[in-house]
Amino acid sequence: MYDFTYSKPSSLADAVAALAGDDQAKALAGGQTFIPVLKQRLNNPSVVVDLAGLGLSFITVTGESVTIGATTTHAAVAASKDVRNAIPALAALAGGIGDNQVRNRGTIGGSLANNDPSACYPAAALALGATIKTSKREIAADDYFQGMFTTALEPDELIVSVSFPIPAKAAYVKFKNPASRYAMVGVFVAKGPKGVRVAVTGAGQGGVHRHSAAEAALAANWSADSVAGITVPADALNSDIHASAEYRAHLVQVVTKRAVIAAG
Amino acid sequence: MPQVTLTVNGKTSTVTVEGRTLLVELLREKLSLTGTHVGCDTSQCGACVVHVNGNSVKSCTMLALQAEGAEVTTIEGLAAADGTLHPMQEMFRENHALQCGFCTPGMVMSAIDLVQKNPQGLSQDEIRHGLEGNLCRCTGYHNIVKAIDAAQPLLHAKAAE
Ligand SMILES: Cc1cc2nc3c(=O)[nH]c(=O)nc-3n(C[C@H](O)[C@H](O)[C@H](O)COP(=O)(O)OP(=O)(O)OC[C@H]3O[C@@H](n4cnc5c(N)ncnc54)[C@H](O)[C@@H]3O)c2cc1C
Ligand code: FES
Ligand code: FES
Repeated sequence: MYDFTYSKPSSLADAVAALAGDDQAKALAGGQTFIPVLKQRLNNPSVVVDLAGLGLSFITVTGESVTIGATTTHAAVAASKDVRNAIPALAALAGGIGDNQVRNRGTIGGSLANNDPSACYPAAALALGATIKTSKREIAADDYFQGMFTTALEPDELIVSVSFPIPAKAAYVKFKNPASRYAMVGVFVAKGPKGVRVAVTGAGQGGVHRHSAAEAALAANWSADSVAGITVPADALNSDIHASAEYRAHLVQVVTKRAVIAAG
Repeated sequence: MPQVTLTVNGKTSTVTVEGRTLLVELLREKLSLTGTHVGCDTSQCGACVVHVNGNSVKSCTMLALQAEGAEVTTIEGLAAADGTLHPMQEMFRENHALQCGFCTPGMVMSAIDLVQKNPQGLSQDEIRHGLEGNLCRCTGYHNIVKAIDAAQPLLHAKAAE
């Protein structure tokens, strides 16, 4: 790892100023992605700005939505009674990320900022129609995800919190890589205030995306049978050492059906 | 050079580190607490697990400076001053839950956090899932799961004291 200056500001304004004043400065949240990246010398930051002192670890639930602060850990979301009651699928998703030790450090803000094509939270944000609040603005999930490891965030823009509208029904089913627990294919289905929405992670070359054929079928008839026969073309899907694009296409079909069954 | 002040196994130390120093490097190289191991250095194996403010974490995936002000417990901090093993260590011994022992410190630290966070008790299947962050090349896990299962009532009784 290259050496860097570590700083831990205690206000959002100071954190943003540290990033804006130096284009080699980088934010650090749980470090479960960023520290491995630093070890591989894939990044050579001048300053590492730790977000842990910003007071952004919180969960607020109202009748309409669940809002989670950017530095809230996966473990805290998984254990939250409020999240479990309001959006059980979201608590279950957080509880299925990596392992206990990753969940004790990794954060929702880090996951959404990183937008790994196999990550879990992007599927929840897209399917539930979440709003991502940043240090500059509010961004709808539909505008936020812009392809693998790419988001609408500017270099000096930090995620502050994420608001998820509470759905009538939702479920996330992940066919996981048995070693990392990342999604080979993960599907989040939701029927809520933003309509029927289905998001697929782990499969697409462009990262998380909506599954419009499944959405149309479920809007007409919310049942496992209505999506069971929907196939997706393999051309836009990932092929890697874990699975071929054809295998992933088949998984999208099967996992979507399982997610509808799980949502009830 | 930056300094970090933290409490490890009840003892407070102030240590000079680099920005890039990992918590595991601080523990092993600065404090000579070599019970915490480095297996993979890529956040996969769990040999480096310690407790930070009561939560099990991979100390190879945390900066030393992120532990400023933290309470850290390592494998060296478990046994009593007279050498009496922690009940989790004792159950590992009794159930032959280690062979080469390389994974054991991390296994024991993960297992204690797992059992303490689940006072309702865990099935053997749930224990297996709870160990997803720890790899063992020797035992096949079977006796590790048995040891943790056997330690559950002992740890819960200790917590109730
Ligand atoms: C063994 C292992 C297994 C894993 N399994 C899964 C899995 O099954 N599913 C899954 O989804 N993920 C998985 N992960 C990834 C994990 O969820 C990470 O915690 C997450 O991707 C990154 O969050 P972090 O808080 O650790 O962020 P960091 O690693 O600290 O940061 C990641 C990136 O986000 C930026 N960033 C962080 N916070 C903010 C913010 N508030 N605003 C703007 N930018 C920010 C950082 O600058 C950095 O570029 C796994 C990781 C490991 C090590
Ligand atoms: S050495 Fe930390 S997880 Fe392997
Ligand atoms: S006992 Fe040898 S690696 Fe677990």
